[in-house]
Order: sequence, then structure tokens, then C-alpha cells
Amino acid sequence: MSTKHAEAATRFISNKKEESWHNETLWMVRAKRDNMAKDVPEWEQLRELSSQIKMHTISHLDKYAEQFAAAAEANGVIVHWAKDDKEHNEIVYKILSDHNAKKLVKSKSMLTEECHLNPYLEQRGIDVVESDLGERILQLDNQPPSHIVMPAIHMTRQEVGKLFEVKLGTEKGNSDPTYLTRAARQHLRNEFMTADVGMTGCNFGVAETGDVVVCTNEGNADMGTSLPKVHIVSMGLEKLIPNHKALSVYSRLLARSATGQPVTSYMSHFRKPREGCEMHIVIVDNGRSEILGNREHIQTLKCIRCGACMNTCPVYRRSGGYSYTYFIPGPIGINLGMLKNPKEYSDNVSACSLCYSCNNVCPAKIDLADQIYRWRQGLDSLGKADKMKKMMSGGMKFLFTHPSLYKTALSMAPIVNSMPRFMIYNGLNDWGKGRELPKFAKESFTSMWKKGKVQKKK
Amino acid sequence: MKVGLFIPCYVNAIFPEVGVASYKLLDSLGVEVDYPLDQTCCGQPMANAGFEDEALPLAQQFEKLFDKYEYIVAPSASCAVFVKENYPKILGKEQHLCQTSGKIYDICEFLHDVLKVDKLPGKFPHKVSVHNSCHGVRELHLSSASELMEPRYSKIKDLLAKVEGVTVLEPEKVDECCGFGGMFSIEEPAVSVCMGQDKVHNHINTGAEYITGADSSCLMHMQGVVNREKLPIKFIHVIQILAAGL
Repeated sequence: MSTKHAEAATRFISNKKEESWHNETLWMVRAKRDNMAKDVPEWEQLRELSSQIKMHTISHLDKYAEQFAAAAEANGVIVHWAKDDKEHNEIVYKILSDHNAKKLVKSKSMLTEECHLNPYLEQRGIDVVESDLGERILQLDNQPPSHIVMPAIHMTRQEVGKLFEVKLGTEKGNSDPTYLTRAARQHLRNEFMTADVGMTGCNFGVAETGDVVVCTNEGNADMGTSLPKVHIVSMGLEKLIPNHKALSVYSRLLARSATGQPVTSYMSHFRKPREGCEMHIVIVDNGRSEILGNREHIQTLKCIRCGACMNTCPVYRRSGGYSYTYFIPGPIGINLGMLKNPKEYSDNVSACSLCYSCNNVCPAKIDLADQIYRWRQGLDSLGKADKMKKMMSGGMKFLFTHPSLYKTALSMAPIVNSMPRFMIYNGLNDWGKGRELPKFAKESFTSMWKKGKVQKKK
Repeated sequence: MKVGLFIPCYVNAIFPEVGVASYKLLDSLGVEVDYPLDQTCCGQPMANAGFEDEALPLAQQFEKLFDKYEYIVAPSASCAVFVKENYPKILGKEQHLCQTSGKIYDICEFLHDVLKVDKLPGKFPHKVSVHNSCHGVRELHLSSASELMEPRYSKIKDLLAKVEGVTVLEPEKVDECCGFGGMFSIEEPAVSVCMGQDKVHNHINTGAEYITGADSSCLMHMQGVVNREKLPIKFIHVIQILAAGL
């Protein structure tokens, strides 16, 4: 009995050194987050406020979306609405074509990953350049991100060094981080200078003013939007917040939760096009408005994509981002994948021990673990329930609803000195991977009580 | 005060001494303890695996057996909180208002919050490393959760402090999961074992002789790892330490 996640995780763990490094590296980020959060006395109030602001905004999404678009248009921005990934990509391509653009330089955006924008544009002859260092490394290596905030976290600097030798012509055997970063910087500088259009994602869309707020540590979003004459913003519908006062809550939560920094190095506010230039915002639904009507999973729309749930998740840390079948891994990815296509992405639902740590770190207080529990309840009706687990659950129900049978099983357990049949099936083998079975007591508590061996003699 | 003692299925079969210690300690504190013989399992293993419907008849059975008690006490944080948090939802589907949810306590919680025990008779001159179980910490709030920025507390450590001679330690990554997770342990065996090994090593690194905690299921999982790898650490449920000498 195993899911695609379990199988991929087994492969990841078989390289113990890599697993251990990944685990400890991500834990270090969690520890940095703790350290930053503890210096904010009102941290838990901020989380609560953030949750309420997001719930308020998504439950008045029509109002805020219109307000945002009207404000942006008044600022001279061209606003586009995309109902799905296909429309998003077409809109972006149309803008590029209208400007006869050949090269697009991008800052980090999980939404464009979601829409598969890069391959779409590349097939149409556009040179797409990722400018976030982690994303650029992965683009050169032809890999997807394994984490939503630290996309190349699974790669060591030695691996990056080797990649850069081939792709950027760096010195052989030199994996000094400063040297490699400088090489990437020089290489990217030329891309910025020659790009026709710059594209960014959007961390927050401020409805009151039409502002787009983009948070980066490298300043690459600013480079990408300062040189080319056209700036395209790709923005998910759930990125809206009411006003700057609300923004002040998220500006305190986002970087502390994501990387354990007080704030990202750059928090850029884009309001209107530069003189003689164009600014476009593509507001993307792609299934988000459908989640609005889903009472059990609506809270996923509160996500600010900080990745804290991944860093704390004991399963993610030990299995790596590529062990999940959806492009977003970890607790939030399990949930978003199921919302996207439950039949296709149900293999990730096993990747959770229900430890609830994700719920506690989430800066928007999303009930991530509770949702995973609820998805499990629905797997059977999708035909995706594990047959062995189903049989075991049915067997247990039968046994436990028949107290006399249960008592017999209890008394027989020590005789066979192994698990009773109901708990065995083939699960036994999987437990036996790395663990000894527990020993049954000679006499169960029920039997001892029945014989008066427990109670004090009166 | 009449208490119904709930001894979860695996404690019943594998760790009956935990049930015995629970009875002895409650009895010594003047609590009238009853044990309904027809009790079985709370249904958590099936529900967490995705078969909550299989837990419904068990919840109904549990309600019938335990409704008559003023308090229900179980030496297992995870099972107690399953009844507390999930039974109202499960029984609610059948339009039944759950009666047991508000009355069930993990035994440490009961000793700390209800009986407000201020002294314990026994001695336990050993070094123990406290295993802060996920459901004990993050659902039942037996101790502050490491992720939350709240004042630090631990009901288990408070209680252990009343036992003479015991040295209480805690592992690095103080409340990280041990990887048991019910059927998670057999559906994701590689990750589960890896988590178990890491957790056991963090406990061993404290220099403790014993790993102790409020959840026998986590202890059972870690014991499986320790026995396989023949590691130098023993296990004891926290209630056995609190009931030392009885």
C-alpha cells in the first residue's frame, strides 16, 4: 500500500545524507521564523487579524476586485481579466506580440508556474528569462521549483557550481557562493538590459489604491520593471487586500514567516506606468472563485504563499518538494492540488502525519491539517482510497463494535504473540520496515479488571 | 466524584500496566473509578485514515457506555482529544448532540486541571526525556506549542516536578512529530521510520534513561525503532512515574 508520494519519499530518503541536509536546512528556516516571531509581542494577534482580513476580503471579493481594477485604471494601468490559465497565457502573449517583443524578463511568480506560462511563450518563440537567482538556476537546469519561496533549496552549491560551469562558463570546481552569485548577476545584467518586457508576480494588490506590491530579496523585480518599457503583472484573484492598513499587517508577517527576516530586502510598490511606458495587470481566477463556494476548503484562499507550512512539515522536510505530484508541495500544496483535481493529485494526501504544526505556523491561520483530514474522508468516494487501509478500517470497525469479540481478540493476542489478525493484513510488513512490533501483554487490562486484579480490595 | 476510565484498545492489549497505574493513582487521590467492560476503541485509527464513517458506531457505543459519568479519563492524549474534538462532528451527522465531548480528559490534564494535584507520594530517581506528542500539544494543549508565541508551560512537567528525584529533560525540536500518525506509519513507512529515528536520537541526546509521555502510541512507535536498532533508552508512560510507589 503506497502512494506516489510514499514511493518518491522512499527514494529521497534512500540518500540519507541529502535527506538529512534538506531536513536540517529547512528546520533552520523554521527556527529563524520562531526567532523573529518571538520578538513581536502581538504576533498571535497579527495572525488572527491577518486571517480575518483575508476572510473579509475573499467574502467581498466582487467589491474589492472592482475597486482594485477601477483604481488601477484611473492610475493609467491596463487591467485584464483571465478566467483560467489559457486566457492568462493568451493575454500575456498578445501584449508581447503587440510590442513585437522577443525577450521577457521575469521575477518570481508561482502563478505563472501554475499557468505553465514559460513553455507556452517559448513555443511561440519568446526568450523567457527568470531573474530570481533560485528560479534562474532551475531554468538553466530545466527543473521546476521544489519549494515556493526557496525554489532551488534542494540543490547544493556544488551542484550549482557544476551547472554554472556548463551554462555560464564559470571556473571549474569553484562553488563559492559569492563567486557564483556574482557570475549570475553579471549574466542577468545583460538580460535586463536587452529585455523588451518585464514581468512580475504580485504579493498584494491593494484595492483602495490599485497598487501592486512585490516582495523580493534580490531587487530583480525592480531591475526587470525599470529597464523595459512594458511591465506585466500576473496576479491571482486572492492577492487582493482592502487597503494599506491591511498591508501593514502582512508586511510584518510575510518575511518573518517565510524566511525569518523582519522584512524582505525590497518591498516594491507599483502604482502606475513610468512616463512613456505601459503597465498591465492580468487578474487571474483559474479556479479560485470556485473555491469561494467550498465551505470545507475556502480557507486555502487566505494563503499568502510564504512557505512556512513546508518548512515546519516533518514530512516535507524528509521527502523533498519533488515527492509531491502537484507543483506546490507541502501542506498547502496537498490542499491546493486536491482543489485543482482530486483524482489526479490524491497521491499527496498520504504525506501528512496530522501533527498540526502547519496550522500553528500559518500566518493566515489556515486549517491546513484539518483540511487534509477532510480530504481523506472523501478519497473512498473518488475511488482513490487505499484498499488495504479500507479493509483494515472495516475490520477494525467490525471488531470494535463487537465487545465480546474484542475481548476474545485481546485474550488471544499474547498467545500468538503478534498482532491479532485484524491489525495485521499486509500492514505488518510496512511496520516491519525499520521497526519491531510491540509485544502483547500476557493479560489485557480488561481481563485483569474482570478478574478483580486491578481494583483495590475493599 | 465518579470517573469512567477509558483504556484505549492498544493500551489495553499492549500496555495494561498504564491502565493499572491510572487506576491506582486516581484511587489514591480519592476518586471513585469505574471501568465499563464493553469499551473498545475510539475510532481514531479509521477516521485519520479516511474512514470516519467507520468510527460512527464506535462513537455511539462510547456515548452509551460513558454518558453516565461525571468525568471520563483516559491515559492517552490523542484518544481523549479525538473524542473531544471529533465526536461532536461525527455524531452531529446523525443529529445526535454529543455528551461525552465535554467530559473527557487526558489523565494528565485531569490531574492538573480538575484535581489540581499538589503533591504525589512516589520517588523516581531517574533522568527522563519528555515526549511532547502532537495531539497532546497542539490539540489538547498539555503544553505550549513551539510554533505559537505564547507563554511557555507544560502540565506534564508541572506534574513530574511533584515526584521526588526525577530529572526532567526535553529533546531538541521539542514537539516535533515522532512519525507514528496511525496508518500514516504503514502508508508512508520510509518517512515515518525516518521521523521515528530522528526523534529517538533527539531524546537519547538529552542523556535521559527513559522517554516518557502522555501518549502510548508515540512511545510504542519509538520503542519499535529502539528495539530494531538496539538503542540505549527505555520507555515509561508518564502516569507510571506519577503513580510511582503506589
